[in-house]
Amino acid sequence: MRFTKKAGVFGATALAAALALTACGQSGSPNGGNASAGPSPEYKVASDVKLDSSPTWTKANKAGKLVIGVKFDQPGLGNKKAGADKPEGFDIEIAKSVAAGLGFKPEQIEFKETVSKNREPFLQNGTVDLVVATYTINDARKKVVDFAGPYYIAGQDLLVKKDSTITGPDDLKGKKVCSVDGSTPAQRITEKYPDAQLVTYDTYSKCVDNLNSGSVDAVTTDDAILRGYAAQSSGALKVVGKPFSQEPYGIGLAKGDTALRTAINDSLEKLESDGTWKKAFEYTLGSSEGITIPKPDRY
Amino acid sequence: MDAITSNLGLFASGFWGTIVLSFFTMVGSLIFGTVLAAMRVSPTPVLRAAATTYVNVVRNTPLTLVLFFCAFGLPYLQISFGNTTDQVSFNYAVLALTAYTSCFVCEAIRSGIATVPLGQAEAARSIGLTFTQSLRFIILPQGIRTVVPPLASVIIAMVKNTSIASGFNNKELISAMNGVIELRGDQVPLILAGTAIAYLILSIGLGQIFGLIERKVRIAR
Repeated sequence: MRFTKKAGVFGATALAAALALTACGQSGSPNGGNASAGPSPEYKVASDVKLDSSPTWTKANKAGKLVIGVKFDQPGLGNKKAGADKPEGFDIEIAKSVAAGLGFKPEQIEFKETVSKNREPFLQNGTVDLVVATYTINDARKKVVDFAGPYYIAGQDLLVKKDSTITGPDDLKGKKVCSVDGSTPAQRITEKYPDAQLVTYDTYSKCVDNLNSGSVDAVTTDDAILRGYAAQSSGALKVVGKPFSQEPYGIGLAKGDTALRTAINDSLEKLESDGTWKKAFEYTLGSSEGITIPKPDRY
Repeated sequence: MDAITSNLGLFASGFWGTIVLSFFTMVGSLIFGTVLAAMRVSPTPVLRAAATTYVNVVRNTPLTLVLFFCAFGLPYLQISFGNTTDQVSFNYAVLALTAYTSCFVCEAIRSGIATVPLGQAEAARSIGLTFTQSLRFIILPQGIRTVVPPLASVIIAMVKNTSIASGFNNKELISAMNGVIELRGDQVPLILAGTAIAYLILSIGLGQIFGLIERKVRIAR
């Protein structure tokens, strides 16, 4: 018995040490959303929607709720703070406004976390009705799901400390640049900028921690995600602002549901023309200066 | 199927990464685990206490935290091995995995030592062998033979544990899988299944090797 007690004390000490360690690991990570002030935009819920030719809409209408897959770990885009019951960000605003266009009130939306690995499977088996999760439209994905939008053209960019000398991807030679393991931005660095030292972790927040501590010189991924982190850093970090790729973000839906896709594209177009898009962007990601709103691609 | 066949190169490099990481960890943890076991049965109270403390602390800490400590704690203390970032990360991963797996190796070997009849140790001591000599020539050779099957389980678990290293700047099967999923989102279930099969090949292969060793070193009692 004496023995077990001793072991327990040791275990507790180790646990305390480990917790202290993780706590300092997270101290630099952003808390999400609300980069700029102002009230949360409201979206007018359409009341006369009838989309009987869309199986997804019919199912959601019958259930009285729309299930939307979003990310929970990308500040400014789709982020759920610890302890919060709702995620927030630009993707979330787009999701709410599109849902409003389809006749669903905000309280009728169920946000479900999707990660890059399960977006297509979740759409294919109907776990979610829509996916608004920094979802780049590409041909491989178009084979199994349909896309409405794009609602935003992201581009790969660099996040650096405010006094950094890096002004673009060509300055990365010999520099340590961090991204998420296996992601498209990481693969692009390996292929196009082999002189840079790529460091990969499983989350962007680990990369940002490393940038804050000086272990890496830059973090790279889509500019929208980086804007979110820069907005959280109260001026310590900045986005370089020279995107070197094009990532059109679309809204994923089940393959073949053309009626739903047309309806979403219609409401996106309306959103963009009546200024709601801009409001949502400035509410979540900061200044929309110099940003062009893309036209939906009705392929 | 073409998601796998057209990315075989990526998978192969990931597979190799897992093998290299597992190999160094296996060698390291078998050696360090044996040392720990010897310390736990030694007549010196300080050594016994040190090894017991170590095993209880590290074995009861989740591996992710052990890796966290190595990958983020050691650089903070300015401890690093290797020249490039990739080498440093690899060494941290081997260190963390070895530190963790050694505890399980130690306990497996200690259970093997317990199966050797006490008379053996007494006989060894009565002919004048020191503690180290009796452990080295009498106890361990008999003890380790009986624990080949549980050691095999420990090593196979370790091979699968290497998957956590992908989150800490290591290139192995899971990072290859993440890369292929990013390229071919249309065939996610197939890519997951392919990765599982790759691990299966590694684990079954290892199981076969350990089975062979088990038959080779079996002693009739």
